[in-house]
Parts: sequence; structure tokens; C-alpha cells
Amino acid sequence: MHPAPSVIIFTTFSGLGFGLLFWLGIGAITPNGLMAFIWFTIAYLAAVGGLLASTFHLGRPERAIKAFRQWQTSWLSREGICAVATLLIMAIYGAGLVFFDTPLRPLGWIGALGALGTVFTTSMIYAQLKTVPRWRHWTTPALFLALSIGGGALLAGQVTEALVLLTLAGALQIYTWNTGDTRLAQSGTDMASATGLGHIGKVRAFEPPHTGTNYLMREFIHVVGRKHARVLRIIALGSGFVLPIVFLLLPFSHIWGGLALISHIAGVIVLRWLFFAQAEHVVGLYYGKR
Amino acid sequence: MTQLPKSTDKKLGLVIDLDTCVGCHACVISCKGWNTENYGAPLSDQNAYGADPSGTFLNRVHSYEVQPDQGTAQLIHFPKSCLHCEDAPCVTVCPTGASYKRVEDGIVLVNESDCIGCSLCAWACPYGARELDAKEGVMKKCTLCVDRIYNENLPVEDREPACVRTCPAGARHFGDLGDPDSEVSQLVADRGGFDLMPEQGTKPVNKYLPPRPKDVMPEYDVLAPFLEPVATTGTGFAHWLDKTLSALPGGSK
Repeated sequence: MHPAPSVIIFTTFSGLGFGLLFWLGIGAITPNGLMAFIWFTIAYLAAVGGLLASTFHLGRPERAIKAFRQWQTSWLSREGICAVATLLIMAIYGAGLVFFDTPLRPLGWIGALGALGTVFTTSMIYAQLKTVPRWRHWTTPALFLALSIGGGALLAGQVTEALVLLTLAGALQIYTWNTGDTRLAQSGTDMASATGLGHIGKVRAFEPPHTGTNYLMREFIHVVGRKHARVLRIIALGSGFVLPIVFLLLPFSHIWGGLALISHIAGVIVLRWLFFAQAEHVVGLYYGKR
Repeated sequence: MTQLPKSTDKKLGLVIDLDTCVGCHACVISCKGWNTENYGAPLSDQNAYGADPSGTFLNRVHSYEVQPDQGTAQLIHFPKSCLHCEDAPCVTVCPTGASYKRVEDGIVLVNESDCIGCSLCAWACPYGARELDAKEGVMKKCTLCVDRIYNENLPVEDREPACVRTCPAGARHFGDLGDPDSEVSQLVADRGGFDLMPEQGTKPVNKYLPPRPKDVMPEYDVLAPFLEPVATTGTGFAHWLDKTLSALPGGSK
């Protein structure tokens, strides 16, 4: 799959923003006044900024409002509804803290649940796709949730929780990579089933339908970047999990905390790039590529 | 409405004969022509006369080489367009309801004025049947020439998809695959028509007919076996002369 910067930025930052809203919602930190305003601004900048970035990959962004209609079948629609509902609820909760110094606890809990729901529905957009066997697995939502809550804990300064969740997310990421590498082969979809010609013999793509490239090849076949996958995985693990954990274990200071956060975000961007670049869409089989 | 209908009155679709297709790409061109000049946004090209041309097509012809365990390889031309699946994954993922499957004939269509160009339907399609038009920003796909097949302004013989009408080899057939007595259904039954990627669970309406087994060519030249074999090891004067001349400076080996 083509690793579009808009979608990488969207999943990374909105995951982080909704993760922070989760911790604010459950009352792990209950700031008030100006401090509350700063906390909520950070959360909304990340969450809303991410959501806005996602509209850049639309062909017709001016019609984005229409995407809220088909929640009965579409995970993308459900995600949009979850995101807007969560942002509205948490805005009321945040206003209570900023202006009235009053935590409206039930609203916070609902908002926290909504934040988890938003991250889950985002992950299901990918996990639902039978056409991308690497994504169609329970590890996709599990990892999105672990990274969101873990990153949120880091941002919210919840050191113990962040240590546990980042360790968990790192382990889960290794497991996801190891099992994901063979999932296309296990899916049973190959050139023989794609063409239905396997009963005659071994199928090889002889001539593509056109001399140039096309939308399908640009969107679904991404071979060039994959050759550095091994190195990038190590960088992602080091930057996303190992370094932040080391920084958190050092005697606490805001500098180490800030470095842990920056390192974590850089790591998540790298592993999200890999999430797309390494995902093989079965349509590539028609072109004899993965 | 992105919920799929439980059943459709008809299952209009194509049957593509991989035995007959000669790979001429006429269906590709007639499809592009009809669907650029008629219903919906035109199928745009980018840099059409430049070094790196690209464009939107609703139908593309691949060519595959298939190598059996024994014998010579076969070249098989393979046209591919939307299969109008009964369980179309492209429809249910659509967030706006722009993608839908018609109850009356099972055709999968896109309402272009509702499409936001999120590409998720193209992601969900295993066949590469949907392409986002780079100029218009909306998803394009085969309409089964819905503006031809019911079009009373056209002569009766033209009321079939442009690709079927134009195919010079008669490799493409159009009809109701939900009716077991229709010509296309009979063809599928007789020739062992199959689904592409059945394991994806999309239940495609379009079917493909497999190439017929190749004949074994008989030996036509009845005299050939009686011809004397050409000498490979030399003896006698001619061989001596050949060796001697080759050994001379400048002699050809």
C-alpha cells in the first residue's frame, strides 16, 4: 500500500490526541483553569490536526461532511461519528474544568470511552480489509489501541502507566511483524486463484495492460521502500519504545520526559510508514507483484 | 445506501472467454470511448503524450504466460473489469452511500455527486476494478454500460455493453447470470466457467471460461522420418579438407 503522508500523520497524531483525551477523561489528571486549557489545547491540536490531515487524501475534501451517513456498514463512517461525538463531549468536560473548576465525571468517562472507540474504529478501517491479509488480524486494533493509550500516557505524564503500556505495545509490535510477514502466503490468495489458471500450470505475468503506470499500481503496489524494512523496524523499535522507556526510567525531569515523547512520536511515524509500505494488497498479484 | 440488497431481480454480468480472447485491447478502447463521452465524469488521462502517461480505465487486459508441468507454455490474454459481485465489499465500506448495488439488475454503481474520493472502496476490491480519476477526484468503475443496455435511442443490437459490442473475437458475452436458462448461464455450465479469487468471498457475477485444452500437433511431413540424418561426425576426404582448411591462418572454424 502507498504510504501517504496524510494518512501516516493522521493515524499518528489523532491516536496520540485521543490517547491524551482518554487519560484526561478518566481523571488520571484533573487540571483546572489555564492548565486545563493548555492540556485540552494540546489534545485537540493533535486529534483535530490529525483528522484534518486525513482529509487531504480525499479526492473531494469539500464533500467530507457526507461521510457521516453510512454508520450501519462503514467503519470509516463510524470513525467519523465517534471522533466528532468524542470531541464534543470532551469539549464540554474541558469547559467544566477550564471555566468552572468542576470535573463533570460521567461526561469524562463517556468521553474516554469515545476516545477508545475512535481509535478502535480507525483501526477497523484497516483490519476489515480482506484484500490486505497483513492487516486483517486482531493485532491491528490491539496495536492501534496500545499505541494510542501508551502515547497518551506518555503525553499526560503518567510514568508508570506509560512504562507498562509502551513495553506491551513494543512486544505486540514485534509479534505483529513476525506473524504478519507470512499472512499473505497463508491467505490462500495467489496468482493461481487470481487468474483461475492454476490448473493449467504455473502462472507468470507476461505483459501488463499498459506501458505506463496507473492508479492501482501507485496506490497498492509499493515495492521500492520495502527493501529497507529490516533497518526501519529496528529504528522504529529503538525510537518508539526502547529510548522512551530508558528516558522514563532515568530520574524524572521534564527534559527526559520531553525527549521520551519526541522519540516515541518519531518511532510511531516510522512504524506507521512500515504499516502501509509493507502491506500487500492482493490486486498486486494481477501484476505479478506484491 | 451501502447495505447490500439481500437478492437482486436479475444478475446482469459478463462472461469472458479466455480461450477466444486474442488480446487486441479493442474492449479497453471502446470502454474508454463510451464512458468518456457519455454517463458520468470523463475518464481522464494525465500526460497522455509525455514520457510517463497514465489514465483512468474501467477495463484492462493483462497477458499471462502459463507453464504446464510438461509441454510448451501458453499465452493467455485476460480482460478484467468490475465483476459486479453479489457480496460486493466495495459497497459496504463506502462512508457516504455513493456506492450501491441495484436491486433490479445487480449492477454496482457510484453516485459521483456523493463520492468524496476516499479510495476505501478501491482498497476493499480485490480485483482492481475501481480507479480514482486523478482529474475529477471521484471513483470510476464499470457501469456495465447502464446507459446503453436500456437505451431505447440505440438500435437493439447496440443495447449491450460497449466492450461486448466491439469484441471482434466474440470473447465477451452479456446477459442475466441469475437466470439458469439464459445463454450466458448455459455457456458457464457447458464450459466450466469459474470465479476469480473465490476465497475472497465476494461471489462475483461475472464468470471466466477457461482456455480449452491444447491439441497435440500431429507430424504433418510424412517423408521426414525417412530422410537420411545429417552426418555429425566426419570421416573421409571432405572432413580432412575441412579440418585442414580450418587449421590454416585465417581459415574459418
